[in-house]
Amino acid sequence: MRQVVVIALNTFRENLRDKILYNLLFFALLLIGVPVLLADLTIMEHRKIVTDMGLAAINLVGVIIAVFVGIGLVSKEIERRTIYTIMARPIRRTQFILGKYLGLALTLLVNVSIMLPVYFGTLWVYRAPVHGALLQAIELIFIELLLVTALALFFSTFSTATLSATFTLALYVIGHLSTDLKGIAEKSESETVRMAMKAVYYLCPNLEVLNMKGQAAMGVSVAWSYQALASVYGLLYVALLISAACVVFQRRDF
Amino acid sequence: MDAILIEGLTKKFRPGWPGLPSVIALAGLSLSVRQGEIYGFLGPNGAGKTVTLKILLGLMRPTSGSAELLGKPAGDVEVRRRIGFLPESPYFYDYLTAEEFLSFYGHLAGLDRAHVGRRVTQLLDLVGLTEARTRQLREFSKGMLQRVGLAQALIHDPELVILDEPMSGLDPIGRKQVRDLILSLRDQGKTVFFSTHIIPDVEMICDRVGILVKGKLLATGRVDDLVSHGHTQSVEIVCEGIDAETVPDIRDASTRVLRQGRQCLVVLPGPKRLEEVLAAIRACGGTLVSVTPQKGSLEELFFKQQAGPTNEQAERKA
Repeated sequence: MRQVVVIALNTFRENLRDKILYNLLFFALLLIGVPVLLADLTIMEHRKIVTDMGLAAINLVGVIIAVFVGIGLVSKEIERRTIYTIMARPIRRTQFILGKYLGLALTLLVNVSIMLPVYFGTLWVYRAPVHGALLQAIELIFIELLLVTALALFFSTFSTATLSATFTLALYVIGHLSTDLKGIAEKSESETVRMAMKAVYYLCPNLEVLNMKGQAAMGVSVAWSYQALASVYGLLYVALLISAACVVFQRRDF
Repeated sequence: MDAILIEGLTKKFRPGWPGLPSVIALAGLSLSVRQGEIYGFLGPNGAGKTVTLKILLGLMRPTSGSAELLGKPAGDVEVRRRIGFLPESPYFYDYLTAEEFLSFYGHLAGLDRAHVGRRVTQLLDLVGLTEARTRQLREFSKGMLQRVGLAQALIHDPELVILDEPMSGLDPIGRKQVRDLILSLRDQGKTVFFSTHIIPDVEMICDRVGILVKGKLLATGRVDDLVSHGHTQSVEIVCEGIDAETVPDIRDASTRVLRQGRQCLVVLPGPKRLEEVLAAIRACGGTLVSVTPQKGSLEELFFKQQAGPTNEQAERKA
């Protein structure tokens, strides 16, 4: 476990010293605060936009970090050959994968934690209501970020950074369209299309399950049982992807 | 127990395209490195040296054969606590300072915080980087990176140190520092196994050497034994008072005769006819100035082994 923590903290430190991260954070804070510029709207519209845009910014910037840092978690170590000295130490390959993952997860957690007070501060300035539904939505956003990170890490164990980015972004988009894919499958007259769409629907994570932003902006909470189930669903996918990443990484030659 | 024991190690790389032949990086390599010795693993680029080291460290799996480090199978996680490794042209986390970098590897090796702190200070001093301890590695020169890389290999005070081309890219002063460091490691009872293609480095510090060409070990043994046994030594005789070129016995026995002022240099292809030539010099009234047997160099042996057919594997154990 100690080895995992050492790798995780080093990954976290690497992320902290990456200037791109600060640019992204600045961009997010800007997005959260930008409704100030929309002065022509009514008070009610203003409040809704502030609430909506804040959640979207937290989600968007988190996904960008998860994808673009996640795809380099392992592939960059191999390309730069830093993996040689790490794996020559008493550390198992699974510990390395877990450490890299947890390092980025910690980065995302800190990132979201920085954005939250700014978000709630903006809501307070606009007298927009702060309610439990927002926290529910943000918790599910974080689960989604963990899942996207696991996707990027998985692809990063066997492909280049560019290909990993392509695969991860493709699955992210499919994940948000999977309910539509199921609809296409049900309506399609072609058996092949039906089978293909169903396969995609069942294999890809359904990220819409974790998307409660629209409801939360309207102040509508979801049942806690749904919240718990959705979180478990996301975390199971994370476990599955990390296990698959470990299996692939275990077999690699460097 | 040997520090390293390799038996019949073979590594084939599958081609990236169907139908193409496999690339054989190692072809039945067998060698052993004794505890407490410096073993130089000599070979041209592409001979399979780095592949061997990667297999030893568990970074790569062999196609067949076996390798043991300190009595444990290569790739064993626990045995890596007792091994230090410096890769060729090392790349490190350049956002770390030298101090953070060494601490990171110390913690990875399982050392506690206090121990890491002490070792970092000692090693930065040893490799002459104390003043650069708070500088990020991205500001380091190649020589400094090599030195900090050596320090990371030694942070946990390993019994066996494996170095891949440790002198490459270093200036003469840096090379001497690394040579001295390797010798001091042996004095502390550690085993050093290092790959190189720089022959003088091997000649100067290695107890034993192995010559690897195209994945096969063509020779192994003590440097002295390798360059003398089975390889023709020449003998240089300097005499004066005669014109050696005009003496038939000397002319026939020598490969070369040079006149330099009053003295003559006679080069014999080996010691076989030495007595005969010495008798001829005395018989002609000449005076013997010196007799110097010329040992072959490791360089000559290296080129000879490289040029020879690789299936004539002639492993000579010292």
